Amino acid sequence: MAVATLDGETDFDGWRKAARAFRLAGVEPAAARFVVAGTMEQGGLFDQPIAEEASPTPDERRAFNVPKEFVDLAQKLILHRSADRFDLMYRLLWRLKDEPDLIKVISDRDVADALERVKNVSRASHKMKAFVRFRQVQDDLGEAWVAWFEPPHRVLEKTAPFFQRRFTTMRWSILTPDGSAFWDGEALRFGVPATRDMAPAEDEIEDFWKTYYASTFNPARLKVKTMQGEMAKSYWKNLPEAALIPELVAASSVRTETMVATPSPQPNPRFARAVAPDLHMARPDAEAVPENLEDVASGVQACRRCPLYRDATQGVCGEGPKSARLMIVGEQPGDQEDLAGRAFIGPAGQVLNAALAEAGIDRSDVYVTNAVKHFKHEPRGKRRLHKTPNAGEVQACRWWLDSERRLIKPQVVLALGATAGLALLGRKPAVMQERGAPIDLSDGSTAVLTVHPSYLLRLPDEAAKFEARRLFIEDLAAVQRRMG
Amino acid sequence: MARLDLRRKLSVLADAAKYDASCSSSGTSKRNSVGGKGIGSTEGMGICHAYTPDGRCISLLKILLTNFCIYDCAYCINRVSSNVERGRFDVDEVVDLTLNFYKRNYIEGLFLSSGIIRSGDYTMEQLVLVAKTLREVHDFRGYIHLKLIPEADPKLVEMAGLYADRLSANIELPRDEALARLAPQKDVGVIKKAMSQVRLGVEAAKPAKREKIKPPKFAPGGQSTQLIIGADGAPDTEILDRSASLYGGYGLRRVYYSAFSPIPDSSSILPLSKPPLMREHRLYQADWLMRFYGFSAPEIGEGASNGMLDLAVDPKLAWALNKREQFPVDVNRAPREMLLRVPGLGVKAVDRIVSVRRYRTLRLEDVGRLTRSVAKIRPFITALDWTPGGLTDAADLKARVTSRTPEQLSLF
Repeated sequence: MAVATLDGETDFDGWRKAARAFRLAGVEPAAARFVVAGTMEQGGLFDQPIAEEASPTPDERRAFNVPKEFVDLAQKLILHRSADRFDLMYRLLWRLKDEPDLIKVISDRDVADALERVKNVSRASHKMKAFVRFRQVQDDLGEAWVAWFEPPHRVLEKTAPFFQRRFTTMRWSILTPDGSAFWDGEALRFGVPATRDMAPAEDEIEDFWKTYYASTFNPARLKVKTMQGEMAKSYWKNLPEAALIPELVAASSVRTETMVATPSPQPNPRFARAVAPDLHMARPDAEAVPENLEDVASGVQACRRCPLYRDATQGVCGEGPKSARLMIVGEQPGDQEDLAGRAFIGPAGQVLNAALAEAGIDRSDVYVTNAVKHFKHEPRGKRRLHKTPNAGEVQACRWWLDSERRLIKPQVVLALGATAGLALLGRKPAVMQERGAPIDLSDGSTAVLTVHPSYLLRLPDEAAKFEARRLFIEDLAAVQRRMG
Repeated sequence: MARLDLRRKLSVLADAAKYDASCSSSGTSKRNSVGGKGIGSTEGMGICHAYTPDGRCISLLKILLTNFCIYDCAYCINRVSSNVERGRFDVDEVVDLTLNFYKRNYIEGLFLSSGIIRSGDYTMEQLVLVAKTLREVHDFRGYIHLKLIPEADPKLVEMAGLYADRLSANIELPRDEALARLAPQKDVGVIKKAMSQVRLGVEAAKPAKREKIKPPKFAPGGQSTQLIIGADGAPDTEILDRSASLYGGYGLRRVYYSAFSPIPDSSSILPLSKPPLMREHRLYQADWLMRFYGFSAPEIGEGASNGMLDLAVDPKLAWALNKREQFPVDVNRAPREMLLRVPGLGVKAVDRIVSVRRYRTLRLEDVGRLTRSVAKIRPFITALDWTPGGLTDAADLKARVTSRTPEQLSLF
């Protein structure tokens, strides 16, 4: 049996040196022992201390290359409180010689065992971040903070930097049975094991904390097992609030029953004079014929003519001067338009703006609106996919488009795409065949059809895109010429 | 004496805030107090500092600034017509409590909400003032979650986003009709517009590639909302459709589901019964399936009956029992998306399987070491030395995989 003595329970460098020497000497895992100096481990009859080897030659060093994953794993594993962790670490090191990918084979018995223990170590570290409770003390330098904590694994040194980052401007100490950590505002130091009586026994704010803990608990939702799964009983003795648990649990059913059984009392008399007005009484009438664009705007927000309002954020009305000679009608608001409440501000809007500019049309002279005022879509994860409104929805929304046309009285109405054409003409047009040709409307204005700018965005082929954009701008320029 | 008053207020205003299920303190930008004048850090993963016997975690100091309110929402303990004891914190009292709790490592930060007093603008201003004081006077770098008062001026929402990690406006009721009936002063359109503003703000704060000047911060922890379950008649499928629409529309980090809980001094128009906790649990599971497992709301609905999720089995199992023709799945070959659909396989287990099968062909025993319980999974997979045979199509499969009683026992 080969024996190595380590300086402490978490002496990773000592273990690494010894394990390297063992592997160089060909010591089988079953024959290797690691003991911590000062512990009561009795030496075996045939134990042979292994003397420190001379530093290995470069060739030997190459033979000892281990994957970084192993070193990371072992550094955490050594913090586990199990006595046989050194052996597991050495067994993994030994096996790496023939199985260089071993650490990636997480279904392997040894690797799975190591990962399970590492998980427990990480959890202990996480719970330390959660369950350390500082108490305030005063000393010569002013206020300082002291906590007594008993971690299930040896995670003090691994976890202390977290407290350093979080409480940089406080002087604090964390005392544990394994050792202590001290932060004085400048340096983090570690010291000897401590005992509970070295930490303060109380803190005046703790009563507030207990009050909060008790008040935030909902007795109608008792789930003790869930609580214990996350806050194991072993932690309770150092958590001031945990003392309340038995009492809160015992009283919960009575509290809930009283709540449920108590008849609804008379409303508070303050009610009558303090209450804010009922919004839904004052909802604008969506059936009244709009007399101006403001009526259209408020009417659209209250519109229930089709179900599209449900999943949309808001109705999006047209924008532009009341005296506009050109009205441009799109299909419906898109994702961005729905959020911001303004027509044609998204990607298609940018294409339109650029094309208008090239055709010599000032967008601020144009009234821009949509055939359908709410965004029809389908949720797909974190996004919303556009869906084409159906004929019924277009028909329902004509009430608003017709109102806009009646109030603006444009000379020319430019319909972008088939949906806008449908809303304007009452029939589904063949956009590609009919584009650019003037169509007389019953109110004396002229309709012109062209493609929707989002069509340009969807074309995959650059050459086709360039050509489609040229034709689109040509249609716009023709409209501009028509208006003189 | 003054201290006693403050403790009483804390009790009233914590009690008043506890029906909001949100507690998360994760997912915000990383920062710490090194080099600062104050305290506080956020490192990605949130920390739950305590758990109460209702199984919920305490991560943040969750309180109302005041529980006086001019609204009359039937489901809310703080509605104007309720006889509940009222209280109001000063801005400094909240700031001191937050710092005192934080220094003792009780909390990750503050979750501040409020009843509506005077107006939406005034109330939001007060909430923003607390956050501003914590950040600017005390250089507090912990987590702050502010409740949005949807009616407030967009400028105040902008300020809130500057100081807070997370913002939330609660939709509260899955059905708009119910909101109009039970919360006559609230308008779902106004709530949605506030959520839109937050999404646009969060997106605008993300620096574009190669952008030299960083845009000002805006709610780096995103936004969330809450739906109350069981106060209106909405079935589960409708609730999940609603959630899908909210996730897609407003980039929410979370939708919280809160089983309607009997409240003291409750309104007579609401159900007075124990909260439907199992239903809430199933909805959370379904929500997880939508966010991490590639399920759509309609797919989950396929496993429901009359719009309600099965309370006896989890929604993924319910779906799989209906879709047995898609099973068994070969753990050694199936794409990740299909492994995610195997009942009993979580995201972590799937990632482990995908990673290890590059080096080894998996046996059932190996799968067992990569997952929590192989017994539940067995009927739905094949491995090198395992095929479920007729088990996948067995008539009593549902009973076999749910043999353990789901009822939880009290340990006291």
